[in-house]
Amino acid sequence: MDILICGVGGQGTVLASRLLAWIAMEKGLTARTAETIGMAQRGGSVVSHVRTGHVIFSPMIPIGGADVILALEPAEAVRCYPYLKQGGAMLINTTPIQPITASLAGKPYDAQAMIDSLTATHADVHLLDGPAVCAACGSPKALNTAMLATAVKLGLLDVTLEELRAAIISRTREKFHALNLRAIDYVTEEATL
Amino acid sequence: MEFLMGNEAIARGALDAGVHVVTGYPGTPSTEILEAVAKWNDGSVYVEWSVNEKAALEVAAGASYAGARTLITMKQVGLNVAADPLMSLAYVGVKGGMVLAVADDPGPISSQTEQDTRLFARFAKVPVFDPSSPEEAYRMMPAAYALSERYRTPVIIRPTTRICHSCATVDTDQKQPQKQPEGFIKDTQRWVIFPKASYNNHKAIETRNPEIGRDFAASPFNRLTKGGRRGIACGGVSYAYVMEALRMLGDPEVSVLKIGTPFPFPEPLAEEFLQGVNDVLVIEELDPVIERELQTLCGKRHINVDIHGKQDGAAPFAGEHSVESAKAVISKYLGITDPTPKADLAPPQVVRPPVLCAGCPHRASFYAVKQAVKGKKAVFAGDIGCYTLGNAKPLEMTDTCLCMGADVTIAQGLHRVEPDTINFSFIGDSTFFASGLTGVCNAVYNHTDITLIVLDNATTAMTGSQPHPGTGVKMTREIGRKISIEKVLRAIGVSAVEIVDPLQHSEAVAAVRRAVEKPGVKAVIFRAPCISVSKPKAPYVIGDDCINCKKCIRDIGCPAITLKDGRPLIDAALCYGCGLCAQLCPVGAIREVR
Repeated sequence: MDILICGVGGQGTVLASRLLAWIAMEKGLTARTAETIGMAQRGGSVVSHVRTGHVIFSPMIPIGGADVILALEPAEAVRCYPYLKQGGAMLINTTPIQPITASLAGKPYDAQAMIDSLTATHADVHLLDGPAVCAACGSPKALNTAMLATAVKLGLLDVTLEELRAAIISRTREKFHALNLRAIDYVTEEATL
Repeated sequence: MEFLMGNEAIARGALDAGVHVVTGYPGTPSTEILEAVAKWNDGSVYVEWSVNEKAALEVAAGASYAGARTLITMKQVGLNVAADPLMSLAYVGVKGGMVLAVADDPGPISSQTEQDTRLFARFAKVPVFDPSSPEEAYRMMPAAYALSERYRTPVIIRPTTRICHSCATVDTDQKQPQKQPEGFIKDTQRWVIFPKASYNNHKAIETRNPEIGRDFAASPFNRLTKGGRRGIACGGVSYAYVMEALRMLGDPEVSVLKIGTPFPFPEPLAEEFLQGVNDVLVIEELDPVIERELQTLCGKRHINVDIHGKQDGAAPFAGEHSVESAKAVISKYLGITDPTPKADLAPPQVVRPPVLCAGCPHRASFYAVKQAVKGKKAVFAGDIGCYTLGNAKPLEMTDTCLCMGADVTIAQGLHRVEPDTINFSFIGDSTFFASGLTGVCNAVYNHTDITLIVLDNATTAMTGSQPHPGTGVKMTREIGRKISIEKVLRAIGVSAVEIVDPLQHSEAVAAVRRAVEKPGVKAVIFRAPCISVSKPKAPYVIGDDCINCKKCIRDIGCPAITLKDGRPLIDAALCYGCGLCAQLCPVGAIREVR
């Protein structure tokens, strides 16, 4: 399975991709990920590729090859759309992060127009109410886990909520457990999809 | 089975090969190698961030003379800094196995150049391994140490960004015990480089290298898969792209030569490949290394095979490869249709360049200098680090950027031609120690008039917060000896040294103005910690008394300040509470949230 996670530097795409890879390995699959590290992390566009299966060559998902795209930011969802497989699914956090260039030009981009352009395609598009997640969890740092949990709940990933919880407990530092588990609980119990 | 990043796989490979001394200088995409060694160190390995790559290689050379296995980590341009010791060390040789992990960056993604370390290895006459996956990188490490000790030569492993920063399931099953180093045994014939010895060593190296190339023909890192009269040659991550592309193209009949040791070239295996094909397409990143080796071999052996690649335009010269580019190039070569689906959507893309973080003290430093010399003729020489991002709008405070340390010296050259200009040089704290200091000595010694701005944020920020001599903390988190930048500057004769918090805007502007007025070499040290090594303060908020002049957006370009319904708004989740915007607001409408 090929999953692409995209967003803006600092949104936690790397941890999300590692969690998916670890979960796949627990099931006896091999995994490859490729991540954006370095200068682009400073508020630039970042992409994590997660590939799980048996024989995987390239660390990066080919164009038109992603089964699922998890976009933590709407403009980044549009940027990565060419990676989506025909009939693939997208989960998009609706909260825009405006680039400085847009603010300087006095023209913030229209997040709704971005989302509309994606729902107009043949893709199976789902939306996540990011501000509601952050408000419920008390931190924007829960967004990456909330995205994963939502994708699990929608049945987009070959992963269960128990597997996701177990990966967070066994693979992340203890001080992050409460926040991330809260995000999963919020998504499973309260969020309307 | 472990899930390891390529850089971690190299680190684990070195540890499992019994490495004893590990040195390096941070640089994307190589940084995590040394950090991973430190993370897994059971206490038996000496690890340091050295002040620069030259120091790192020389420290490791000494350790290797004493019989220890060593690893030195750097990025490709770092090898330029370490070129002097490497070129000579190749002649002198080593005792304990020495592996240099030098990461190349096709694209380039986070580098100044697309230089190719495989060619550097050839220039230095040392063997080079080129991993095609993290798994292979792990397996190459013990082979590299064994080769290094067998031939007493430094050996390079050259991963590229997509190997360094990709993760894979790695079978870590090669653990060897660490051997006790023999110690340094005096032998001036061996350890003192003299012209006569170099002549003899040069002869020996040129005899040895073809021998290594012949041995490499049987190496598991080089593979020939016979499958038809059309040939594809590749190496590094391009091998992964080629294999994926061939699968997507329905496994056409081609023979594939995978090269994992580009120098010395495994000629017998390559010759077998060439004898079995009518023509060849070479897919590799950076320079046409495999391509030229195959052409040379065709000439040497009178093999009538056309070699297609970068030189005849069959493959692109610059930039990195991908499955798509490999598929396009292979399809054209084989005369088949590239089935890549075309995206049914082309919406306008939002441009999102990297920016200085919200709360970054560099923003305040650049803004203070900009305000201090407003309307005056000034040139701002910049350097390598987060602060290169000071070139972007609206600050536009980086007029030049060449290589590590060049800000100080470029400023001097500019000033020699235009003495009526105020010449600033901006250097980070880590860069200052890495290669800025000699430039400052040059300015003082030669009586130049420049203003040195040291951006001291107490860390090596761009590569992910590594310590350096100015922090007084070693990479093992033990306390080291802290070197004071101001004491160093004063000691070498810098006429005035101002130290100021850039986030105290008016004081910062005044300090720059005072410095500029002084003759000779003077310095302003802007001291405020990077947000990655400090805690956020209470965020700021824009009150109803905002007159909507948008100066806060226009002047400093902080990513936490955006426009909502045409008015500036601070995103509390992004604001770090640096307070710079509050100090420039003409009506005092920006206040700390209490």
